[in-house]
Amino acid sequence: MADQMTDQILRMSGITKTFPGVRALQDVTLSVRRGEIHAICGENGAGKSTLMKVLSGVHPHGDYEGEVVFDGARCEFGGIRDSERAGIVIIHQELALSPQLSIAENIFLGNERSRHGIIDWNRTNHEAAELMRRVGLRENPVTPVADIGVGKQQLVEIAKALSKRVRLLILDEPTAALNDEDSAHLLDLLRGLREEGITCVIISHKLNEVTAVADSVTVIRDGRTIETLDMAGGHVTEDRIIAGMVGRALDNRFPPHEPSIGEEALRIEDWTVHSPTQPGRKVVDGASLTLRRGEIVGLAGLMGAGRTELAMSVFGRAYGTDISGRIFKDGRPVRIRTVQDAIEHGLAYATEDRKRYGLNLIDDIRRNVSAAGLAGLARRGWVDEREEYRVAEEYRRSMNIKAPGVSSVVGKLSGGNQQKVVLSKWILTEPDVLILDEPTRGIDVGAKYEIYTIINRLADQGRAILVISSELPELLGLCDRIYTLCEGRVTGEVPRREATQERLMHLMTKGQE
Amino acid sequence: MSSITPAEVAAGTGAGAGDPGEPRRPGRVSLGGLSLNLRSSGIYIAFALIIALFSVLTDGALLQPQNISNIIVQNSYVLILAIGMILIIIAGHIDLSVGSVVAVTGALAAVLMVDMGLPWPAALAVTLVAGGLVGAWQGFWIAYFGIPAFIVTLAGMLLFRALTLTVLGNQGIGPFPDAVRTLANGFTDGYLGNVGLGPLGGADLFSLLVGLLAVAGMVVAQWRTRRSRAGYGQAVDPVPLFALKMAAGAALILFLVVQLARFKNLPWVLVLLAALVLGYSLLAGRTVFGRRIYAIGGNLHAAVMSGVKVKQVVFWIFVNMGVLSAVAGVIFAGRLNQAGPTAGGSFELDAIAAAFIGGAAVQGGVGKVAGAITGGLIMAVINNGMSLIGSPSERVMLVKGAVLLAAVAFDVWTKRRAGTAR
Repeated sequence: MADQMTDQILRMSGITKTFPGVRALQDVTLSVRRGEIHAICGENGAGKSTLMKVLSGVHPHGDYEGEVVFDGARCEFGGIRDSERAGIVIIHQELALSPQLSIAENIFLGNERSRHGIIDWNRTNHEAAELMRRVGLRENPVTPVADIGVGKQQLVEIAKALSKRVRLLILDEPTAALNDEDSAHLLDLLRGLREEGITCVIISHKLNEVTAVADSVTVIRDGRTIETLDMAGGHVTEDRIIAGMVGRALDNRFPPHEPSIGEEALRIEDWTVHSPTQPGRKVVDGASLTLRRGEIVGLAGLMGAGRTELAMSVFGRAYGTDISGRIFKDGRPVRIRTVQDAIEHGLAYATEDRKRYGLNLIDDIRRNVSAAGLAGLARRGWVDEREEYRVAEEYRRSMNIKAPGVSSVVGKLSGGNQQKVVLSKWILTEPDVLILDEPTRGIDVGAKYEIYTIINRLADQGRAILVISSELPELLGLCDRIYTLCEGRVTGEVPRREATQERLMHLMTKGQE
Repeated sequence: MSSITPAEVAAGTGAGAGDPGEPRRPGRVSLGGLSLNLRSSGIYIAFALIIALFSVLTDGALLQPQNISNIIVQNSYVLILAIGMILIIIAGHIDLSVGSVVAVTGALAAVLMVDMGLPWPAALAVTLVAGGLVGAWQGFWIAYFGIPAFIVTLAGMLLFRALTLTVLGNQGIGPFPDAVRTLANGFTDGYLGNVGLGPLGGADLFSLLVGLLAVAGMVVAQWRTRRSRAGYGQAVDPVPLFALKMAAGAALILFLVVQLARFKNLPWVLVLLAALVLGYSLLAGRTVFGRRIYAIGGNLHAAVMSGVKVKQVVFWIFVNMGVLSAVAGVIFAGRLNQAGPTAGGSFELDAIAAAFIGGAAVQGGVGKVAGAITGGLIMAVINNGMSLIGSPSERVMLVKGAVLLAAVAFDVWTKRRAGTAR
């Protein structure tokens, strides 16, 4: 369809990119119309990022086969500076900002407003203020970037791109780290840029956003272009895109589950946590929750509502200061002062940030799986390596971790497989209560289904599960009961049959009305 | 029921950017069908090449019995320090104070044994405890107070040198009791007499038997490890490569022992060193405590969130470093037969260099005791070989600096090729 449009700003054709031993892209075609928002969808590892690296010159001309035509001219970018000069700017998922520098300094980083090598601060801050107005960022240009939220940092990146007179803006998972409000603002901003004639290419896993904002969608699977969908008319659904991404119809994104709910496993009462960095600020404020065996409980909240902080503070006070409240395990009050205490009392917490808090990326599957439950595999301080191998191998099979063996280094696994290693690590500690913080973040559709199946299995084994997630459909599809958290307070408790996205969203934003 | 099963999903994922079923093998070379991991084996190959180089350059003088004995005895204290240092570096820390701790513990031993006339075993015990207390002092500030080890041990470097000077004034204390000198400088006796080795002449039977025992122990232990791993379907070296490695190890040990047996039997420091290497290799590789050290260095936050008692582990590896520094301090003083105010100068740098040449990663989380020892021996051979051919000391320093830089550059390079550097 896009091929019929005459005014193409970008045409990539026959792109093939090979890494040693792996063909990442094979004869990929991408056509982008001038002034549209074009989404690229595909599972992790499908080749989306590689394609964007070809476009932005990270993989220089000569490193790939095929042709890139931008605005009618053949491009042979030797590096990112060449593509930026042509008006193509890429904003990566991990923001490239310098936290201690001001917003204005970051906007003009590498592109300083100067005269004879001396920075012209008036011009810098004035022009920065102008760009910030365009992206809707209401902050002082001299504020350090570290002092503003992730959503606003994203806007700084876009302002930086605008300062380079961008004509084609590429955003790689722009809303992955944003809450719904910031995401909505960002999508509005993209629509505004479209009005100004700036073409956007976004890579996103969030298909609801894609269907909401994109004019066309190109689906990539296994390094090949599968199809380009014209979104005009609104008849292309999320399920239609997913079908293209996974190569088959996906009737149900969640495995069916009949819960058998038992005794109370964990009760938290009047839990209050103060921020370690901002004295006096309550991050969690008098929260009370109950988890029962066999039950999957959801915890919904916008970013900054205190979900992770609540979970980590319960898990051996791994977060926060001046913590008060009571914890009851199997109906008896317990004192949990350290992570070790928490593990001994049968708690497990699988982090939202597995690369930072969950895994030793340079070590292998075996030693990551045993990291938390090592004491159980040791006698008098000596690790029983035979047993360790046996256990790790067992988890590799039962969790379907795709790796040649348990000696594979965890850092090289895909996100879904890494998450399975994290889950294996905690299941090995034989917990009664599992807190799963964003268990499917950054994981592709197929692997998500597997993770949901594992979660259901864990509940069926009589464990209590608390799932923290930013994706409301995930909570609705998975959980038997959902708590909502807003500004550190529990604002609602909704059973599955009564829960809707609208109702949860209403409860999650209660404190802000 | 859903229309897809996890197994079908599995078939759809994983392909693309990198199929985990067939990982690339960067940093591996093939030698006649044998595949070798350069990153972990490179250090041993480099060691062999350096020995071969200097054997040629020195017309074989390098491998003469007396010279081998000299290399071991002259470098024993740095090797002992390297054992403690590798644990600290694996945990992601550093210790700059070990040279000064060597000096202060040596001085304490001298005061106790020479000035106060305490029996040597008691004095040795007190010195080792003092070394442990020094380590506890530094470990407290690092682990529990949260000051970077670089700063704490830089301060320690000054503090303990100052303490040494306060105790000793400007002069040395000696001579040491015979027992201490024997430990530092002496050799095992010919308990079982000599045997003839044909053209090689007479050699000490006891030393040879110890050597054979060591070879047998190594082969049996390695074979059992290999078998148990293979039993769980883990990748192990193919038999020819395994045999080659064992043969190389056996040849090295037997050559070393034969040469030593032809000279003056086994140096006591070699016996001590062998025990320490064996003990600490097991500690690092097979115990929960050792695993914790790797976990902390590999990802501190993940270790905390996995229930590792990080502060305790860090505290104890610094205590351990203090004790090993005291061992090195006593041996160094015993070897010179005097505790001097400048003892241990720049030992910390030698120990750190040994660890990094031996394959430790700058970011922590990677390293082996055997690697650190090999790294230390590489520097020892360079030192010794270059002095045998009469190179001036500035050139020795130049070469050692280049080797250190090259070793770490190689490590970074292989990591980048493996695509894990982030």
